[in-house]
Amino acid sequence: MREGTMDALLLVEDIHKRYGKEEVLKGVSFQLQKGETKVIIGPSGTGKSTLLRCINRLTEPDRGRVWLEGVEVTSRKVDINRIRAQIGFVFQDFNLFTHLAALDNVRLGPMRVLGMRRDQATKLAREELARVGLAGKEDAFPAQLSGGQQQRVSIARALAMNPKLILFDEPTSALDPELIGEVLEVMIQLAKDGMTMIVVTHEMGFARSVADEIIFMEKGVIVEQGPPAQLFSAPRHPRTAEFLSKITELYGETEG
Amino acid sequence: MEFFLKLGQVGQHLPMLMRASVVNLELLGALLVIGFLIGTLVALLQVYGGRVLSTGASVYEWVFRSIPALVLLFLFYYGPSHFGLDIQSFLAASLALGFRSSAYQSQIFRGAIQAIPSGQMMAARALGMSKLSAIRHVILPQAFRLAIPGWSNEYSSVVKDTTLAYAVTLNEIMRYAKTIMDRQYDLAMATFIVVALVFLVFTYSGNALLGLVERRFRIPGLQMPGATGAVL
Ligand SMILES: Nc1ncnc2c1ncn2[C@@H]1O[C@H](COP(=O)(O)OP(=O)(O)OP(=O)(O)O)[C@@H](O)[C@H]1O
Ligand SMILES: [Mg+2]
Repeated sequence: MREGTMDALLLVEDIHKRYGKEEVLKGVSFQLQKGETKVIIGPSGTGKSTLLRCINRLTEPDRGRVWLEGVEVTSRKVDINRIRAQIGFVFQDFNLFTHLAALDNVRLGPMRVLGMRRDQATKLAREELARVGLAGKEDAFPAQLSGGQQQRVSIARALAMNPKLILFDEPTSALDPELIGEVLEVMIQLAKDGMTMIVVTHEMGFARSVADEIIFMEKGVIVEQGPPAQLFSAPRHPRTAEFLSKITELYGETEG
Repeated sequence: MEFFLKLGQVGQHLPMLMRASVVNLELLGALLVIGFLIGTLVALLQVYGGRVLSTGASVYEWVFRSIPALVLLFLFYYGPSHFGLDIQSFLAASLALGFRSSAYQSQIFRGAIQAIPSGQMMAARALGMSKLSAIRHVILPQAFRLAIPGWSNEYSSVVKDTTLAYAVTLNEIMRYAKTIMDRQYDLAMATFIVVALVFLVFTYSGNALLGLVERRFRIPGLQMPGATGAVL
């Protein structure tokens, strides 16, 4: 079954995950090409975060496999830290290291994981902070930054690892409405620059304009996936239409 | 008037009392280091150790928090002689009080570790850091900062405990004071007032120093829960 999918950057195959009695993921499969942006949408509690965490095994899937450029991530023999270093992760609530200034947050990974020299890592961290529009904020601590700025630091932290893809788990959900735009702008630019991304979000404007494909998930399965134009104008599944109209009503269509 | 005369007489013993108090400081240093190292380890095992290790760590903590300090001192000093081992009083006191302090310090550190949002560990692991590396570079630097107020308390408590070591023949200040009293009973009051003053100074300076450390390492912009200034 892997013929014709060999060129996929990421291959997710039949992922299952159970918490107690509840099966949160009931066999999820999809693939991602290099440079592609996929947006995952779906109701709360559907397993979107769990799915993202299964990809780099922050959560161990019960069953199913994940490949990154032909290397099996879910193999027992793999050095998971080396895999994780190649997959960026941006969290809903940023999870910046509180005791470190922005610059140190960004260069910690390159120095401690990639073994980069301090001066090199510093140069890189400055570049990545500038890339997310935070030049001049190198010495600011997380508690001195707005939510939007913190999330951009966390994106810079992911970028500094030069990842093959970045997973975003509702990156703007914890932000005040007026701060969402600055984060979406950065993500839109990343997509344009050819970064491979999976984004869980309720920002339909972003999904519509940036996603190559949208995955609609519900109750642990993929209900429907396809290009945004198709999903928005001609959803095949009634649940998709229902969800899309509800979510657009709820969140509007803000966009960076 | 007579009392001040006696204070004057104690004055001649002052150099020896001060020298003996250095032994208390040495014991304090040793027990704090032992307590700090083991306490950190015990806290880490309790939080990250998995079932077996965390249970072991908790049993250790329970044992050394439950047994009275004097009993521990006697166990460590006289206990080894049963096995034909001669243990020096300083070593016995350092170990007994150090292990005991490690149990209390582990509670302080565990609380501090658990106060750090769990997402930071996840973020570190997501970068590809090993658990140990994440603990070293992300968790402990924050935990130690958070622990300073509690640690300051522990310091105040164990600095006084060092006098208990007189019971295992360590020539520290309390033992020396008692020798003076045994020889000249009328000097007892004045002598112990001097000893008390010494500990007022020890406690004050230790807490003041820790207050400085706390301010020096304060994280900009962050309101530390339970932060204190230098208090007695
Ligand atoms: N560590 C865990 N232990 C137990 N149950 C969990 C755990 N993590 C998630 N769950 C449960 O799994 C289900 C799916 O959670 P998940 O966070 O993946 O959903 P989600 O689609 O990301 O939802 P949201 O939109 O609210 O973020 C939920 O019912 C949740 O309670
Ligand atoms: Mg989620």
